[in-house]
Amino acid sequence: MKRVMKMFVVMAAMVMMLTLFACGEAPQEKKAEPEAAPKVEEKAEATTENEKMKVGFVYVSPVGDAGYSYSHDLGRQAVVELGYVDTKYVESVPEGADSERVIRNMARKDFDLIFTTSFGYMDPTIKVGKEFPEIAFMHCSGFKKSENVSNYFGRIYQSRYLTGMVAGAMSKTNKLGYVAAFPIPEVIRGINAYTLGARMMNPEVEVRVVWTKTWYDPALEKDAAKSLLDAGCDVIAQHQDSPAPQEAAQEAGVYSVGYNSDMSSFAPKAHLTSAVWNWGPAYVKTVEAVKNGTWQGNQSMWWSMADGVVDIAPMGPMVPEDVKTKVLAAKAELVAGNDTIFAGPIKNQKGEVAIPEGTTAADGDLLGMTWFVEGVVGTTE
Amino acid sequence: MLKVRKREEPWKWGALVVFLGALLFSLVVSALLLAWQGKDPVHGMDILWQGSFGNLWALEGALLKAIPLFLCSLGVAVAFRMQIWNIGAEGQFALGAIGATWVALGFPNLPGYLLLPMMFIMAFILGGLWAVIPALLKMKLRVNEIISTLMLNYIAILLLDYLVFGVWKDPTSFGFPMTPEFTSGAVISGIGGSRVHWGLLFCMIVGIGLWAFMSFTRLGYELKASGQGARVAKYAKIRYGFLVVFVMALSGGFAGWAGCIETSAVLNRLQPSLMVGYGYTAIVVAWLARLEPLNIAFASFLLAALRVGVENMQLELQIPAAFGVIMEGMILLMVLAGQFFILYKLERKKSSQG
Repeated sequence: MKRVMKMFVVMAAMVMMLTLFACGEAPQEKKAEPEAAPKVEEKAEATTENEKMKVGFVYVSPVGDAGYSYSHDLGRQAVVELGYVDTKYVESVPEGADSERVIRNMARKDFDLIFTTSFGYMDPTIKVGKEFPEIAFMHCSGFKKSENVSNYFGRIYQSRYLTGMVAGAMSKTNKLGYVAAFPIPEVIRGINAYTLGARMMNPEVEVRVVWTKTWYDPALEKDAAKSLLDAGCDVIAQHQDSPAPQEAAQEAGVYSVGYNSDMSSFAPKAHLTSAVWNWGPAYVKTVEAVKNGTWQGNQSMWWSMADGVVDIAPMGPMVPEDVKTKVLAAKAELVAGNDTIFAGPIKNQKGEVAIPEGTTAADGDLLGMTWFVEGVVGTTE
Repeated sequence: MLKVRKREEPWKWGALVVFLGALLFSLVVSALLLAWQGKDPVHGMDILWQGSFGNLWALEGALLKAIPLFLCSLGVAVAFRMQIWNIGAEGQFALGAIGATWVALGFPNLPGYLLLPMMFIMAFILGGLWAVIPALLKMKLRVNEIISTLMLNYIAILLLDYLVFGVWKDPTSFGFPMTPEFTSGAVISGIGGSRVHWGLLFCMIVGIGLWAFMSFTRLGYELKASGQGARVAKYAKIRYGFLVVFVMALSGGFAGWAGCIETSAVLNRLQPSLMVGYGYTAIVVAWLARLEPLNIAFASFLLAALRVGVENMQLELQIPAAFGVIMEGMILLMVLAGQFFILYKLERKKSSQG
């Protein structure tokens, strides 16, 4: 109560100064400017009331979006199930300067483990990690690491490949549409895997790509999907965080492929399947490792279908049994750890062999992939 | 019956009463919203306080966030005073960042005392030029500057994207859109080991400089005078066309400096996440502060502190992020709406008339 009173008094004082000068008085003194260079404060009062482990999550979008952050939050809920963990999250944190402050604020509050789940949090995570060497940091989808920062991601391209198989088999116009966010390797890799999967089932098929340059903008994503529909595409896939492209497909009476989580509820008639994240097992594993003291920094984890981190949603009733069988057989191979998606020969858009026969693209090449495979219509810019 | 009447004399202490009242009112409503969510409102307000003013780290975060807001807002306010509606601070901010990056990547081996001034100059030039385009369009072709400045924002952001996705992309970034990290000479350092950097001092100098310029120079006086409109200016034989271009260059240059500081001191490189809408928030700040430099300093600090504090509420109370946006919107709306009572007053109509 006292603090609240103090707050009002100080605010009143500030307001008073504000209005004094509003009356047009000459500002002869500058001392009202808050003193520069406050020293980094010691850690906030330690909370030892419970011995629970504290795990923090930073999300780039709202958790209610049924998309990327939602899937991470499902992972967080799996961690809560462990019983000995106290979790907190902050949603809709812009990448860049703001994220650095949020991560630091968490670190200051004695979290044991912090997951930063978007690419743009990479530099901030490394910076804050340096200031708090006792805390374990896990950064998703980047490439930097340090003593107490490891990075992780999932091979969602494996799911993309399987969903591509379904889409390729279902298309009648042989034109697939793909609403994509940004031309970064993660997205390009997914489009390539999707195309390879589709052409495995139907060599005639092509994949048309539209860039929205946003992660989450339902109206824009819907418009992008419509432009693909106008071009004759009869399956719409997406690398976006909103279900808007699904809705556009359903309204036009064609099929759709979702992303992040099972999006069937948004477009039950259109939804073939979704490439889905399943962070639970990986997050639980990480939390257990930190608890046991076996967690290590400086690692790069790229979890696969074999780890249970990526998967596809159940295929819709419109998918014929023979297609389902083929897709599930391919999935069984991936679950067994036999990933041959980017095994040569694979040609690029110009028809040149980019991955020669007998070789498979190394992880480093996949992580830095900036070219499209044959069958993709669009540019990587 | 109540009747609205314009005040003949300014309401003494009115601004204070209104601002305080609006702030208090919106905080009370926020507390009620918290209670509705099942959270302890007093505890919630305490956490807001802890996260915005109540701790050194909170003050530090608020100050850092206030710096780009202040410079953008200062620029916007200069133009607004002359009734030139520059909505393009966002784009000018981007151009400033581009200019600074250009220099930083071009001369990576120069020492800081040469490199940083060059970055500031280039940021001012590019930000300023970006704002001069709509000024010239306005004077020569009578293009409305509200539209042209707004549209140029999108072009500026696309230009920034083009650069970081293309020619300036760091070859070691695995294809991710970002320039290489700046060399130490191109980074504005923190003051005495804290995270608050020397950009703060720069802001103070710019603020005082602008105030002095507006108060003591002929050009500044002319700027204020032409705020009454082009016709008045012409009547007073003020070079209106020149002033429009000048004020826009100044306005864009300030936003450009904000972009330069944010890129150099905070991100240490150029990347798309630089653009978080400071240029738009600056417009709100400028109005809130009624276009006065010192008020702008306070308003940008208050708004920055509020944003930082709300983050703390989100973390501690696990309320949705949207709550912070609602709260901020409410406070701004109340304060702006409250200004009505400074200009007008409500009077009781005499019953004999009714």
